[in-house]
Amino acid sequence: MGNRAVKPKKTVSKSKDSSEKRVPIFIMGKKYEVPESLTIQKALEYAGFQLIRGCGCRGGICGACGTVYRFPDSYRIEVGLACQTVVEPNMYITQIPFFPANKATYDLEKLEPTGSTVMALYPEIFKCVGCGTCTRSCPMDIDVMEYISLAIRGDIAGAAELSFDCVMCGLCTARCPAEEAQYNVGILTRRLYGRHIAPRAKHVAESVENIQKKRFDKGLKTLKSMNLESLKRLYNDREIEPDMADEFWEPEDKKYIIVQ
Amino acid sequence: MPYTSELKKLIKIVEKTRPERVERKKRGEEFPAMSLSEREKILKYHPDFKEEGRSEIKVGPNKGYRIANEMVELLHAKSRVNPDLIHLSRIDYETDVLVIGGGGAGTAAALMAQKTGVKVLIATKLRHGDANTMMAEGGIQAATKNQKDSIYYHYLDALGGGHFRNDPDLVETLVTEAPKVMAWLENLGAMFTKFEDGRMKSLHGGGTSRKRMHYAGDITGAEIMRTIRDEARNYPNDIKVLEFSPAVELILNDQGACGGAVLYNLETEEYIVVKAKATVLATGGSGRLHIQEFMTTNHYGATGDGLIIAYRAGVPIKFLHTVQYHPTGAVFPEQAEGLLITEKFRGAGANVLNIDGEQFVYEREPRDVEAAAFIRECTVRGKGVPTPTGKFGVWLDSPMIDILNEKGTVRREFPGKWILFHRYGIDITQEPMLVYPTLHYQNGGLEINRKGETVVPGLIVGGEVSGGVHGENRLMGNSLLDVMVYGRIAGETAAAYARKQFKDGKLTLNHVKRYNKALQDSGIDLDGRVAPMILPDYSNPDVRKKQLTTDYTGTLR
Repeated sequence: MGNRAVKPKKTVSKSKDSSEKRVPIFIMGKKYEVPESLTIQKALEYAGFQLIRGCGCRGGICGACGTVYRFPDSYRIEVGLACQTVVEPNMYITQIPFFPANKATYDLEKLEPTGSTVMALYPEIFKCVGCGTCTRSCPMDIDVMEYISLAIRGDIAGAAELSFDCVMCGLCTARCPAEEAQYNVGILTRRLYGRHIAPRAKHVAESVENIQKKRFDKGLKTLKSMNLESLKRLYNDREIEPDMADEFWEPEDKKYIIVQ
Repeated sequence: MPYTSELKKLIKIVEKTRPERVERKKRGEEFPAMSLSEREKILKYHPDFKEEGRSEIKVGPNKGYRIANEMVELLHAKSRVNPDLIHLSRIDYETDVLVIGGGGAGTAAALMAQKTGVKVLIATKLRHGDANTMMAEGGIQAATKNQKDSIYYHYLDALGGGHFRNDPDLVETLVTEAPKVMAWLENLGAMFTKFEDGRMKSLHGGGTSRKRMHYAGDITGAEIMRTIRDEARNYPNDIKVLEFSPAVELILNDQGACGGAVLYNLETEEYIVVKAKATVLATGGSGRLHIQEFMTTNHYGATGDGLIIAYRAGVPIKFLHTVQYHPTGAVFPEQAEGLLITEKFRGAGANVLNIDGEQFVYEREPRDVEAAAFIRECTVRGKGVPTPTGKFGVWLDSPMIDILNEKGTVRREFPGKWILFHRYGIDITQEPMLVYPTLHYQNGGLEINRKGETVVPGLIVGGEVSGGVHGENRLMGNSLLDVMVYGRIAGETAAAYARKQFKDGKLTLNHVKRYNKALQDSGIDLDGRVAPMILPDYSNPDVRKKQLTTDYTGTLR
């Protein structure tokens, strides 16, 4: 008890100049005055909250900090990621750190990249009423309703492409009147696309074969047995692919290159 | 926040020098890269070389080793919980393989273990997938372009980047497994950026001799993480996940093997006992320790917990005297401070410039060299660009990319960064970004062999928490590769151990008691410190002063 924190020296509040203008925000309806340049996430910490839920990468990609807010004289529900959204005066904020969502289980290998696959795994997407709330709820500005309708129409590639920036924060799911879990549909279409539609990278399969057939073992053995001086020389003199070289550039020295 | 008028004036200087720089780039004329001896000279500006930033470890297997003060403070701290209070006979969960850490390495380990038919429990501090893997942007290295590249060159590049100090066996496994990892991920449906014929696009990273950085837009790590997490969720009966339950100690048994871990439920504040036949430790890095007060690109949970608990159990550490500072962290706008600006921008042709719009370093030096050059430019040379908050940065000239390639390249290749800056009123296709080195990666960590085994039987380690594969400096794209390669290997090794080598024994925390005693006997001023840290403390000290009835253990209430 009373143990001192082993704590990093750089905290939010210390880096804030006390003269900075404060603005009122309402965290779950309760008023706090916070420096105007803070993100919602840092404002919560400034107000005294210790974040456990609702905080992840602090960089806008993990989807832990989905947040909804409203202003007093507007009917609109606004959304954002707490780590990316700067506070505004009089915003009423709540985080939605978790929202239950249906996740189908499947063997990707056996699925076909079609609309009927999506329909079988997530039949509820046909309940979509076309209200567009999901799209308006997306902090990544993804046209969620559009990728769902592409999935329904069997355009798996289109749905995969359109949902690519999804951080799976779940705000669409929280607000959907048709009770869909759009983000899980999104990842299904992306995996279907990646596995079954996008053409395969033959060079990857070939390089795996080279390794399985141990075609490089001798080269690596030579490198591993080399003394430091020769290794450094070899490194210094190694041929560098030019920045502007195109995909099919080939080095002059091909001793350790194996083309099938 | 859009650029201030002062910064806009400085951007005009960048615009003035740009056409000539673009022409030079087109002609293939680069700013001269440094020789090995020039690199050595500039590295004295790197934070690793600040002696006052380090101190000596006084207890445990690496007694006498000097590493960052912030890490030593945690190693010189007692257990969060009195080991005598834990009832090891009351087991809350029992499993074949316990995976500590739900990031890239942990999830890959879980998937490989599951394949062999064992039951897996993942325990993770925050949510499944909340990890540095999710935040990795630029790409993953693998020698797959056979007409120009091979694992021979990948090996050589990794070794040169790591100052030739890397563990050769670990590097050999890393580069050899790399193409298999790419095939595995492609099979799982990860959407790598490809040409129409299916060839994966690939770029240079700092210190690579061939373009072997495969990527998925500028969210490569997120794409890999969400794909393998989705796959893990396809086996809900075999792979169980305990979220918000970080490990605070490893449990050993009377055979001297690892027998599981003590977890802490962050919400109900209970301590939980997990018994496991084999344990995979994949807790990731430690950027949130803010070494030398640097900002960080790391995840909220990156506090080095795994290092601490494994060190107490007797696992030595390696290469922790070096820490990676990513050369290009955002310094403007303030809200984006510390955020990673992927090296891919430099791989795609963006120059790095000082306040006069001049190049001062080749933009693709290995990361430690590049970061040291930025620091020298902003400090001793006084040519940094001042920010409104009193910091300094250098320009990263992103608009060049569209000019060198075609209009729309930046938006297509860097959608994540484009939208982030766009939200703050900055168009990175027209205006450069202001950057400075930021704490990025724990180069070193726990000692492992090429199967991920440690000196403690049944304790297998994979990913950023391990040390050796990157030597003293990791190259871009070798971290996603590391977590995938060694995560997968850790899962296989752990599953095999659980099936064939495991011997049951009485669970014990005696090693923790011994460590606590060694600390006490060493005469170190413990000052009530506890570790692991679990979460950093970003709370407001003024609020804490008024929490008159609240107790904190470490950083947590």
